[in-house]
Amino acid sequence: MTQVVEQEMEGRPVPVPEGAQEAEARSVAVWRGVQQALPIVMGYLPVGFAYGVLARKVGLSEWNSVLMSVLVYAGSAQFIAVSLLAASASPLSIVLTTFIVNLRHMLMAAALAPSLRCWSRVRQALFAFELTDESFALHVRRFSEGRTGAAETYALNVTAQLAWVVGSTLGIFSSNLIGDIKPLGLDYALPAMFIALLVGQARTNLHVVVALASGLLSVGFLLAGAGQWNVILATLCGATFGTLLACRAERKR
Amino acid sequence: MIRLSESLVLMVIVGMALVTFIPRVMPIWALSSRELPPVVARWLGFVPTAILSALLAPALLVQDGAIALNVSNLSLLAAVPTFVVAWRTKSFFGTVAVGMVCVAAGRYLGL
Repeated sequence: MTQVVEQEMEGRPVPVPEGAQEAEARSVAVWRGVQQALPIVMGYLPVGFAYGVLARKVGLSEWNSVLMSVLVYAGSAQFIAVSLLAASASPLSIVLTTFIVNLRHMLMAAALAPSLRCWSRVRQALFAFELTDESFALHVRRFSEGRTGAAETYALNVTAQLAWVVGSTLGIFSSNLIGDIKPLGLDYALPAMFIALLVGQARTNLHVVVALASGLLSVGFLLAGAGQWNVILATLCGATFGTLLACRAERKR
Repeated sequence: MIRLSESLVLMVIVGMALVTFIPRVMPIWALSSRELPPVVARWLGFVPTAILSALLAPALLVQDGAIALNVSNLSLLAAVPTFVVAWRTKSFFGTVAVGMVCVAAGRYLGL
């Protein structure tokens, strides 16, 4: 029995009893990760669907439309890129716009980095590839509770991206029979998720102040014509403001 | 429908993938191997709150390029009970469900 199992695992030296336990623990962790991704799935399926419809309407091939969801995997950037392609923008300007739109992930990655200290670089890269606004929001909470297990983390990420790719594919293949893409309030799954996670983040009065400041700044920057920079600028200002207040409060003591 | 060159689009996609992936991975590689100065660590501690709020606020408050503080802004209207449920119950799935039900009900009632 031992030999059979070892052969099946391609000769990796895993002692069977422990291995079996580990495997069971891992499947529990994977299942937990999948479950946590459910609100993202509810949000990504319809939004991915909308992307798929748009990509086909604009004239991307089926293959390229799916490929973008697999390789780029960034909601708003994909919508913008597709409309730029439709407007025959230059490839360089599309790539540059994508860069700017997705630059906010840099701040998210920086915030999560301390929790991923024990991970190998390859594992960190695999994690980073599937870092989105929504998965970030969930991971912040998980990591702050010390849940940094790789199996659970990857399961969450893969489930979320799978929903995005499946949603895109469904949209791509039904682009010619589609009218309304907002049934059942599904489009509100992601804002509602952000509300839940933001309230969870508001541990101290200082955090509430930071949330109010950066929210208002984000709207202000957007209306002032900052375009895609509003989130980054507001986050930089909000976090700096919070740090200054915290340092001042400390000095007073 | 315009005809887009398959290979040109493929090039664009690969370029997009690179400029999306690099900012996602570089900070993790650069910051996870060293001990951060306390001020930086504190600053990063505020980033999640700030960024969640910066992403959410325009989705709730802005419609068609202008602030929409009125009852026909369903996103904002539904946010009120959603915030209350999030704050009072701390239930994650409950909050998401209430938000979606409110928006669906609002549409059904023609708000």
